[in-house]
Amino acid sequence: MNVQVPNLDSPRDFQGNPVTPGLPIAMLAEVTHRCPLSCPYCSNPLELVRGQAELSAAEWADVFRQAAALGVLQVHVSGGEPASRRDLTQIVAAARDAGLYVNLITSGLGLTLARLRELDEAGVDHVQLSLQGVGRDMADRIGGLSGSWDRKMQVARWVGEIGFPLTLNAVVHLQNMESLPEMIDLALDMGARRIEVATVQFHGWADLNRRALMPTREQAVFARKVVNEARERLRGRMVIDYVPADHHAQFPKACMGGWGSTGLNVTPDGTVLPCHAAQTIPQLQFDNVRDRALGDIWTNGTAFNAFRGTAWMPEPCASCDRKTVDFGGCRCQAMAIAGDPAVTDPVCSLSPLNADLHAQLDADAAAAAPDDLTYRRMGKQS
Amino acid sequence: MTMQTPITAPVPDPPLGDDTVPYLPRGVRLAHDHVRDMRVLLAPERALQLDPIGDAILSALDGRTLGQIVADLAATYGAPPDQIAEDVRSFLQGLIDRRIVFVRHP
Repeated sequence: MNVQVPNLDSPRDFQGNPVTPGLPIAMLAEVTHRCPLSCPYCSNPLELVRGQAELSAAEWADVFRQAAALGVLQVHVSGGEPASRRDLTQIVAAARDAGLYVNLITSGLGLTLARLRELDEAGVDHVQLSLQGVGRDMADRIGGLSGSWDRKMQVARWVGEIGFPLTLNAVVHLQNMESLPEMIDLALDMGARRIEVATVQFHGWADLNRRALMPTREQAVFARKVVNEARERLRGRMVIDYVPADHHAQFPKACMGGWGSTGLNVTPDGTVLPCHAAQTIPQLQFDNVRDRALGDIWTNGTAFNAFRGTAWMPEPCASCDRKTVDFGGCRCQAMAIAGDPAVTDPVCSLSPLNADLHAQLDADAAAAAPDDLTYRRMGKQS
Repeated sequence: MTMQTPITAPVPDPPLGDDTVPYLPRGVRLAHDHVRDMRVLLAPERALQLDPIGDAILSALDGRTLGQIVADLAATYGAPPDQIAEDVRSFLQGLIDRRIVFVRHP
């Protein structure tokens, strides 16, 4: 008889099934949580990392070298607002030195023409500029900062002047969806090669503002129509990437292209996450680059292995032919809606919780949206 | 208060033709992925794995016109120019539609 001795040291999902880690392609480097804006849907966690706890530029340089050796090709230097770090140029230069393609993801605030020229010199490959709305009223209100629209438009001109490839990242929700056609026109006028139209993802801060921000079903239909029409009209001029509100879709989004499969996220203090919202899952434990090598965290970290592969999936995912298409959806959304990160994403029409979710959405849509927004802010110093 | 210049959309690229020059714009570069040992094309928010044919086509984007590139590739690979032309055009058009390859007049 052949007895298989299980190797308990090999990577296993949270149920103990063996998993096979691949190689990451992209890394999100959240170099700071500090930001002059306070968008009510900020993707940073509710517990923000303070400036004193941030990795130094030298520590980031080491992380970038480890990431490149691990197979990462692109780094997204983000925040918070990355320009809030005075040593951003050094950080960018270190990423390029490590051989990475550098995307700078910014609100534009804190960037001057001189700083942009330094960043150009340091090797920024591509700039992604966020858009909170079109025009002073909407942009300044959503960003929570008066004057932010004018400064952002100035930065867009400088980006064009220097010649950085530009993506405009338009975040859409209940309050600004009607201006989607103007957002697309603005991106075209800026000479952007791409526009990302991203519906707010309802984690963390956005979840606190869900009723004020959740697009209606009609808005989701409108956005799809606008995007399809613009894609046709602008083929070869500008690419439109669209992240729909999956609450209104039949199937969930393929979050991260599968947990722990191609991407990783390093927070300002060096914590390594499988996705930027993963800290909303209390059952997971995360490693830090200050304690453990990045490759070891990627391959053997329990958080990365928890939902790798498909063996951990419950029904209806386990027997679904879409399980390698959308990977059961978003673990953080399952946590947020069902209170269990290991169930089928409740936005999936096949989830047993889907009917309840839609009843809640309909009830929310029928009630008046709250006027007040809860803006992102640092917690009180304890 | 400084006067701000209005933002106006740039002129679209000309359509791909034999007398046009396809090129990799700023922010798009060919690289060797040492970990996976393969050629890749790095672009804004995209990393594409290249097979030897894709690599050969993109490596030829050095200021020559499409017509010259096709003729040179046909000579190098000893293949019929018509077939090469069709393959090169369809490959490049896919990347043009994704704003990864740009086109200009010589």
